[in-house]
Amino acid sequence: MQAFSALIDGLIYTRSRDHKVRLIADYLRSTPDPDRGWALAALAGTLSIATVKAAAIRAMAEERFDPMLFRMSRDYVGDTAETVALMWPEVSADAVAPTVSEVIDLLNSTSRARAPNVLAELMDRLDANGRYALLKLATGGMRVGISARLAKTAFGQAFGVSVDDVEEVWHALSPPYAALFAWGEGKSERPDPADSAFFRPFMLAHPLEDGIVDLDAYAAEWKWDGIRIQIASTGGETRLFSRGGDEVTGAFPEIAAAFNGIGVVDGELLVRGDVQGGEAASFNALQQRLGRKNVTAAMQAEYPVFVRLYDILFDGAEDLRSQPWNARRERLERFAAQLDTVRFDLSAIIEARDFDHLAEIRAAAREAAIEGVMLKRRDAPYLAGRKVGLWYKWKREPLVADCVMMYAQRGSGKRSSYYSDYTFGCWTPDGALLPVGKAYSGFSDAELKWLDRFVRDNTVARFGPVREVEKSLVLEVAFDAVHESKRHKSGIAMRFPRISRLRRDKPADEADTIANLRAMIG
Amino acid sequence: MWIDPSRPAERALVTHGHADHARSGHGAVWATPETLAIMALRYGTEMGTPMPYGDGFEANGVKISFHPAGHVLGSAQILLEHAGERVVVTGDYKRRFDPTCAPFEPVDCDVLITEATFGLPVFTHPPIEDEIAKLLAARAAQKEGCILIGAYALGKAQRVIAELRRAGYDAPIYIHGAMQKMCDLYAAHDVPLGELIVATGLAKAEMKGAIVIAPPSALNDRWAQRLPDPITAMASGWMRVRQRARQRNVELPLVISDHADWTELTETLLELRPSETWITHGRTDALGRWCELHQLKARALDLVGREEEDEG
Repeated sequence: MQAFSALIDGLIYTRSRDHKVRLIADYLRSTPDPDRGWALAALAGTLSIATVKAAAIRAMAEERFDPMLFRMSRDYVGDTAETVALMWPEVSADAVAPTVSEVIDLLNSTSRARAPNVLAELMDRLDANGRYALLKLATGGMRVGISARLAKTAFGQAFGVSVDDVEEVWHALSPPYAALFAWGEGKSERPDPADSAFFRPFMLAHPLEDGIVDLDAYAAEWKWDGIRIQIASTGGETRLFSRGGDEVTGAFPEIAAAFNGIGVVDGELLVRGDVQGGEAASFNALQQRLGRKNVTAAMQAEYPVFVRLYDILFDGAEDLRSQPWNARRERLERFAAQLDTVRFDLSAIIEARDFDHLAEIRAAAREAAIEGVMLKRRDAPYLAGRKVGLWYKWKREPLVADCVMMYAQRGSGKRSSYYSDYTFGCWTPDGALLPVGKAYSGFSDAELKWLDRFVRDNTVARFGPVREVEKSLVLEVAFDAVHESKRHKSGIAMRFPRISRLRRDKPADEADTIANLRAMIG
Repeated sequence: MWIDPSRPAERALVTHGHADHARSGHGAVWATPETLAIMALRYGTEMGTPMPYGDGFEANGVKISFHPAGHVLGSAQILLEHAGERVVVTGDYKRRFDPTCAPFEPVDCDVLITEATFGLPVFTHPPIEDEIAKLLAARAAQKEGCILIGAYALGKAQRVIAELRRAGYDAPIYIHGAMQKMCDLYAAHDVPLGELIVATGLAKAEMKGAIVIAPPSALNDRWAQRLPDPITAMASGWMRVRQRARQRNVELPLVISDHADWTELTETLLELRPSETWITHGRTDALGRWCELHQLKARALDLVGREEEDEG
């Protein structure tokens, strides 16, 4: 457990992605089986211990600590597992720390009722860092900023194999991945992918800064405001992957079930609603579903999802990635024709006479699901990552509104000592301010210092970490769109709001009204 | 007469040299000779009456004496005696061994006015030997770069240096220019710190594999950009909590504190068993709750002019 807890702490404190990969790779190389396999599963999110729930940890705490002291400590630390790990009595010098596999075996072989006791006995054998790692391991969420893809990348680096090869065999294996390590160390053949569907890295776009492109060379599509998704199916099984390569099949089972093609396609997950593509609240719902392993029928019914397809990587077993976009588009249109139209459609090509015409079309588009325009080189193959000159995203010009700062909260990371997250509002007809959004970016370091000072000097009330301020500062806020929202008292919500200017010159009562904002709903 | 007044006062008793306790501009000052030397260094011409440990004087019928607090060089608890009643103000204190200052001496009292900076049960400072070992291991693994440690310029920096020496690390230690005078002052008070080199203006190559110590404010500053590929460490009791370390972009948290941890705070109360405890800055609520659970009479004493977490 010591090596594992050192790894977890290393990952927590390391900022650089490459350094994180190196730490994991070193651990995987130097740790014996099956410990390293369980650790890899914990990092990749494929480890699940059914007997331990978060409630077990709270139960342990309640039994041992004064509730008031525990609550004060929990409020300070901000994490239940860490609080329990820190408050736990110090380990005695002669205690023998358990191995990762001993922990897994003990927890897997107990009952849910007995689990808190088993956990407590293990806690007694570990130091504070070990106790933290134990509780995180037992409850799943490691929260060390590692995606499944990054864990696989680290495995690839540790043993000199390509991450795509790891992807290919991954879903045919299960923790503690003995066959994977045997292959990595050259002790056995590559495991048989067993007809499994796996992830291929996405092709990504650069922002179109200020150039123009020739529409004879580039095709234009709408840029959809949903969730990028890859569907891979062997016929036998279908899997869904998100941007980072994490599997999200469980979050959108209706999509996987409806997909009756064989191959790999690329598209945007959207919600079908009154507005084609969905309103802001539905985007939040998508985001929430993305993080789940399972969803209920009610969640599926509330926001009917579908995938708007825009590329094809494999048709059956045929790899189309080296073919030009034009040819792939043709294959995609044929491929999509066989799919269920309730769950799948095609992203349309925008027909424009020339670039100026396209700019006009883009400027006129205010539909909620449209984020801007994509420009794709007609003769470009499908390449992993961001390649110069092949794909561009050309976002819409932002909308702006003058809003009044209402509340401020401390930021995180480097900004934890500054009030850097601001809630702002607009006026109602009867002269009240209602919050319309929250932003924490768009200002310079010098402006941040000024804003922080403003918040401290103009605080009128405190609610835990939040300060309410004098309603006197006007912020010009830029945002991509504004939508109806039942979750906000103002009835509206902004997409991607950020502070574009500080309007110290403008009196608060001249800021925008809710009605002004409502008029911008696309 | 005031103890550690936060504004200029006519007559001030000063427990130790940290800026939030020892302000400038007082009329008459009573403090240990070491604290007076620190104040003179920081504020120029500070004058005062030196009170070595154990010494005292009388004012308005109250006998006032100074006793070691174990916090930093010269740090003192102040004992007030009047008509048989004894009040002890701990100032900031700790119970752990510290090669740079005199150890805390428990003083019998009726009323104890204690600090509670780390007055939450999550704060247990690990043995400093473990933290120094962690630091030396990180340095050994960092041959091409250096380890940059953020440490408070008075007390923490010298303690880290002295502990490194005690662990057998005898290479030169690089320090931020702002620390030089304080380190010289410690050396002049018989706290040997070995060879120290001011890091300003040196070539990157020279500091490869080195340990560099700077005030916490310099860690993310332009000053640090001239160091060779530094790993950022911080020596502070707050490093016990992961999110605190992450918030300050610390890559190597060293849980080293000059304050009493939860165990030291509570064990000191059990040892002294004052008939009443007043709890000053820090977690007055949590330590007060603990006193309640242990049937010790306690109340919170709110002080002005104290900022949370500037040291520790």
